[in-house]
Amino acid sequence: MSTTIEALADDLSAKFGQAIKSKIVDKKIVKIEVGREDITAVAKYLRDNMGWDHVKAVTAIDLSRATKKEDRLEVIYHLGTYSRADCWGLDLAISCRVEKASPRMTSLTDIWPSCEFHEREAFEMFGIVFENHPNLKRLLLPDYWSDIPPLLKDYQPPGR
Amino acid sequence: MLRYAGSVLPIRPKSGLFGLHLTTSKNIVEMVEEREATPLERDRILREDSVGRVDRRREGGELQLITYRFRNFRLIRYLVNWGRMASLFPVHLTTACCSVEFAATHSSRYDPERFGWLPATGSLRQSDVVVVEGTVTSKMAQRVRLIYDQMPDPKWVIAMGACAISGGLYAKDSYNVIQGIDDIVPVDVYVPGCPPRPETLFEGILLLREKILYGRAL
Amino acid sequence: MTVLEKREEVRKIEIYDTGEAPLTVSYGPQHPGTGHFRMIVTISGDTVVDVEPDPGFVHRGEEKMAEYKTWITNIPHLERPVILDSAGIQYPYVLAVEKLMGVEPPERAKYLRTIMAELQRLGSHLYWFALYGIFVGHATMFLWCFTDRDYIVDLTSLIGGQRITHAYFVPGGVRNDAPKNVPRGLLREFNRYYRMVTGKELTDKHLEFRKYVLAVCEFFDGRLDDYWEMFFNSEIFIHRARNVGILSQGDAIRLGVVGTTLRASGIKYDNRVCNPYDAYPNLKFDIPTGERGDCYDRAVVGFKEMRESLKIISQAVEMMPDGPVKLKQHPINLRVPAGEAVARTEAARGEMLYYIRSEGGDRPYRVKISPPSFRLLPAIAYLLKGAQIAEIPPIYWSLNYWPVEADR
Repeated sequence: MSTTIEALADDLSAKFGQAIKSKIVDKKIVKIEVGREDITAVAKYLRDNMGWDHVKAVTAIDLSRATKKEDRLEVIYHLGTYSRADCWGLDLAISCRVEKASPRMTSLTDIWPSCEFHEREAFEMFGIVFENHPNLKRLLLPDYWSDIPPLLKDYQPPGR
Repeated sequence: MLRYAGSVLPIRPKSGLFGLHLTTSKNIVEMVEEREATPLERDRILREDSVGRVDRRREGGELQLITYRFRNFRLIRYLVNWGRMASLFPVHLTTACCSVEFAATHSSRYDPERFGWLPATGSLRQSDVVVVEGTVTSKMAQRVRLIYDQMPDPKWVIAMGACAISGGLYAKDSYNVIQGIDDIVPVDVYVPGCPPRPETLFEGILLLREKILYGRAL
Repeated sequence: MTVLEKREEVRKIEIYDTGEAPLTVSYGPQHPGTGHFRMIVTISGDTVVDVEPDPGFVHRGEEKMAEYKTWITNIPHLERPVILDSAGIQYPYVLAVEKLMGVEPPERAKYLRTIMAELQRLGSHLYWFALYGIFVGHATMFLWCFTDRDYIVDLTSLIGGQRITHAYFVPGGVRNDAPKNVPRGLLREFNRYYRMVTGKELTDKHLEFRKYVLAVCEFFDGRLDDYWEMFFNSEIFIHRARNVGILSQGDAIRLGVVGTTLRASGIKYDNRVCNPYDAYPNLKFDIPTGERGDCYDRAVVGFKEMRESLKIISQAVEMMPDGPVKLKQHPINLRVPAGEAVARTEAARGEMLYYIRSEGGDRPYRVKISPPSFRLLPAIAYLLKGAQIAEIPPIYWSLNYWPVEADR
């Protein structure tokens, strides 16, 4: 099994060649972007064959004000492993892009139960609906929040 | 003996039975819109119901020297106020980070228990002061008002930390923070700082005691 | 129908039929036992049937605010979530920004950062045990821990300028150097306590910063023995916390827990050793683990971590080289090149992860904070199910969940 991050990335490309859209492998971040349809297969492969057994964070970014503007959201899963001691120092992230207008994505909670609360937070902050999520409800925002999801770039906080 | 054994300080919205508001949170909005004492009314009540350092003048403008009505007899009023200020039971309303300095104030280095400020793990119905520490978010604001209403009269409020006074560090860019608890509960003492040092909170406690005893502290 | 369902294969939940419907109690935000966090607890008789955590009472929108403030002005407000351990939450932010900038701080700054992080870890653990003690019923622990914590916080304020929210870290180093000498008043105050507990005196040679810190570390090492006898080895605590809230190793991995909880369940994972940063590769220390994963183990692991922190501080203050503490002048108008970076450190409560994306301007484009308490939320829901009501405080407080950090 590969222990350096480059070997890992190469392993993934070998197996899922066409599914991988782009990858960044350097000292700052290791991010492998896959298509929306393939992320479940990639996730299952990472968990079963490579031993990445939990999710450290689920980030979503609104790319509509970036330098290369796109009308999409990018959802990043930061993975971690507790069972493989040789990979403890590696940071791996897989990501996929969804449409901003009505973002939907398959939930990865049946593969990694630890991402349940993170996906709930991404749901309420960005409006991404995770299909097959066990309990997709509001987590941090108050009950009567009726505005657009706050972390989208279109939302301006009241003070500004 | 006393005409009204109520609070020395500003009036509350219409009291329920024995000063308790037995209501649900659905009615919170109506409560907040009920009229609290305006600053002028607060001044009037302070002047009339307190002892000592405030001067008392009749409406006509002369100093009334002859008989006070029994309720204005200063010794009784002084004793009542002294009893109230010397045994304040605080409600430790941890709303955010200032709770750490509140807890540190209760340690043995800065010991408020020697002033009668007993540890804050009691029931709300037996407390006098609510120390709102830290940022009040909109989800928590409902509960702050509910807690304030559940406390029986006489009660006081200390706003601890910059966030409770005016929104603090979160005044401009946050979408979920109440800009100061003035809008929800009537505040008696503002304790500045982010977080206030234990000495500052102590100064706030002592000012509150002075305010209870004499009617005004600064 | 959450992840709790899978629990059945590990622990049988005994629900006594009291003949009544289960009662739903709001273990609410104004409860000294939970702090600013709400759990909707459904109980039947004396057993907890279901728990739904309801965080969000301190959700102040830190991630959104971070996009409106510059790189430097982000630091004071990003340190407010975990105010006790503010070094622990500033650390990955500055590490990630330094990764984006492609710079490394000078050596002395690395050691100073390490010392500050460990001091705040000590302060945070003492606060944790103080509240753990008082909600298990041991009020002496509260008072002892807060008394001792004041001396640690004095040191923090000496180095950083403020008791807990010092905003000491900047990208590229630390804000200012540690002083050469300790003020005489501080030495006198600590001497009074030192004399009372150990019977020895501190002399004027302890006015030097290095010697003062070493004296404090040695003193606290002895004090931890007292703590062991008083609390961790006392019948009250052992009976309350042994075999309560057991989290097996498989469950710990599956739920993705961090920090003391993870180490008490037997997994020897600590970011300071597994993913080292700053001065940690040069320092020698141990990672304590537990065997059973119950509340007692978590407390003992936290206790041993305090000893390790003292070791780290003593080593770091001896090994600290002289030199500058910042890169160039104070980086006020910082412009960070475009890119994305991830940084992970070990805060007091567990692993803190930051993901920062910059578009080349003077403010971040996206800052994502993954605090350790947020990753303990599934563990709260899981462990409390099937417990007795009297076990709720030990379980909740043994996880060291800090609501402000989880809500950001």
